[in-house]
Amino acid sequence: MNTKVAIAGVEFKNPVMTGSGTFGSGMEYGEFVDLNRLGAVVTKGVANVPWEGNPTPRVAEVYGGMLNAIGLQNPGIDVLIQRDIPFLKQYDTKIIVNVCGKTVEDYVEVVERLADEKVDMLEINVSCPNVKKGAIAFGQKADSLFDITSKIKKVAKQPIIMKLSPNVTDITEMAKAAEAAGSDAISLINTLTGMKIDIHKRAFVLANKTGGLSGPAVKPVAVRMVYQCAQAVKIPIIGMGGIANAEDALEFMMAGATAVAVGAMNFVNPYTTAEVVEGIEKFMEEKQVEDIRELIGCVR
Amino acid sequence: MSQKKKVSAVITAHKEIAPAIFDMQIQTELAKEAKAGQFIALYPKNESTLLPRPISICEIDEKREKLRIVYRIAGKGTREFSTYKEGEAVSVLGILGNGFPIEAGKEKKIFLMGGGIGIPPMLELAKELSGGAEKAGNGKTGVNIILGYRDAQLFLKEDLERYGNVYVATEDGSIGTKGNVMDVLRENGLQADVIFACGPMPMLRAVKNYAKEQEIPAYISLEERMACGVGACLGCVCKTKNVDRHSHVNNARICTDGPVFEADEVEI
Repeated sequence: MNTKVAIAGVEFKNPVMTGSGTFGSGMEYGEFVDLNRLGAVVTKGVANVPWEGNPTPRVAEVYGGMLNAIGLQNPGIDVLIQRDIPFLKQYDTKIIVNVCGKTVEDYVEVVERLADEKVDMLEINVSCPNVKKGAIAFGQKADSLFDITSKIKKVAKQPIIMKLSPNVTDITEMAKAAEAAGSDAISLINTLTGMKIDIHKRAFVLANKTGGLSGPAVKPVAVRMVYQCAQAVKIPIIGMGGIANAEDALEFMMAGATAVAVGAMNFVNPYTTAEVVEGIEKFMEEKQVEDIRELIGCVR
Repeated sequence: MSQKKKVSAVITAHKEIAPAIFDMQIQTELAKEAKAGQFIALYPKNESTLLPRPISICEIDEKREKLRIVYRIAGKGTREFSTYKEGEAVSVLGILGNGFPIEAGKEKKIFLMGGGIGIPPMLELAKELSGGAEKAGNGKTGVNIILGYRDAQLFLKEDLERYGNVYVATEDGSIGTKGNVMDVLRENGLQADVIFACGPMPMLRAVKNYAKEQEIPAYISLEERMACGVGACLGCVCKTKNVDRHSHVNNARICTDGPVFEADEVEI
């Protein structure tokens, strides 16, 4: 039985990854799951310098999901290189570093700093809805996405994954722009912009007013978008959005994702990633699927 | 530090002890690892409410592997909890947070200050600081316990009286000092070498200011909306004087670096 998948020449022992920002750099959830079991750990977004993020409250629960407006708090690339990458290197899992920035130069600086580091891929966050400058601003127009993708691709030593925002009219336009600019893969979806109001206080629940919606509530939207992108581009897709179990993960794969990421559900059930790995293996045994790759995009 | 786990626990007792305030006892191996000031997170069974609810530990029975929590109905999740019956199983994540530094209170004159639903964690703390009910005796302990309630619907007062001298303030003046916990100090001319406190933010700010004036340390337990409870999501941060160990940006994580902080260290 083969559970291995490959993206841009990088081979993953299985297609299960972590959604950026929901798993730190693996340290916190290493208490719950054996990181060696995962296809890859995708780190929390890292910028060229430390970012303090947004004021609190930063999180709110909504029906079947949650809103977050963390604002990409992160320790900056120096700490990631000194502390987090060596931590992850102890494990037999691939390392994907998520990169964020306020300007194209910020992104390029982080990507250059990572050139000699032993990380397997870079995921470029051009889709966080919670920061005022950068991030999503690059991911909502096809021409600016093309521009930043080309500039990053020029300096990147590792294959890159552009992480797409669902907050667009037509996500396939964004997928095509990323592909045309040389992106090696795409991942989707980032969170959907949302809002919650406390009617008793007549106030926004989040200090940032808006936040990104994630969790099971967004899954059907995400599956649809993965399917659409799979029809529109040839580069591999990493699918995510509310994955809670192996059945959810398999939906994404059948819609066209080569790999999947568990995001918000880590917060709900800290064992989710490992359970998804086991559940996929069990499904393959039961259905006598010899090679997981036959499931990728099998529903058209 | 102990390993965190998500486990199934059985409710061994559950009752309403004041309007919308519930007292729940659960049987769980997590009790072996727990200490005063730490918390657990309880999962609602309704899957539309996904996130576990952080609730402070009120009492620990290490030997019989039981934890007691006292919570207030604050929303959908806690409303669901309030319907649970004895014998029911609940999913629990724990043990979370750092807990109170017991050693900072050894052989000292202590204030334990609890306001509203910040009172429950004071019980286990009072027990540990006083060395138990027998040792605490009646009125002979150095532990002064100051409790702030809204009205005459008191809870946990009798439990706390076993471990120290209890003073009560009520907002409506129906019992004890009219006002808040700070008014109790003024009215009774109380003094301490160290403060441990948990309660609403205005109370904690007052405690922080008082401790600064008196030049004594205060350990305060903070609360914030959190998602993961284990330090990964960075939802529940508070501003700190010193650089935090995770992101190096003066944002400590209440769930893992706290919930207990030295008052002087946090900007509240």
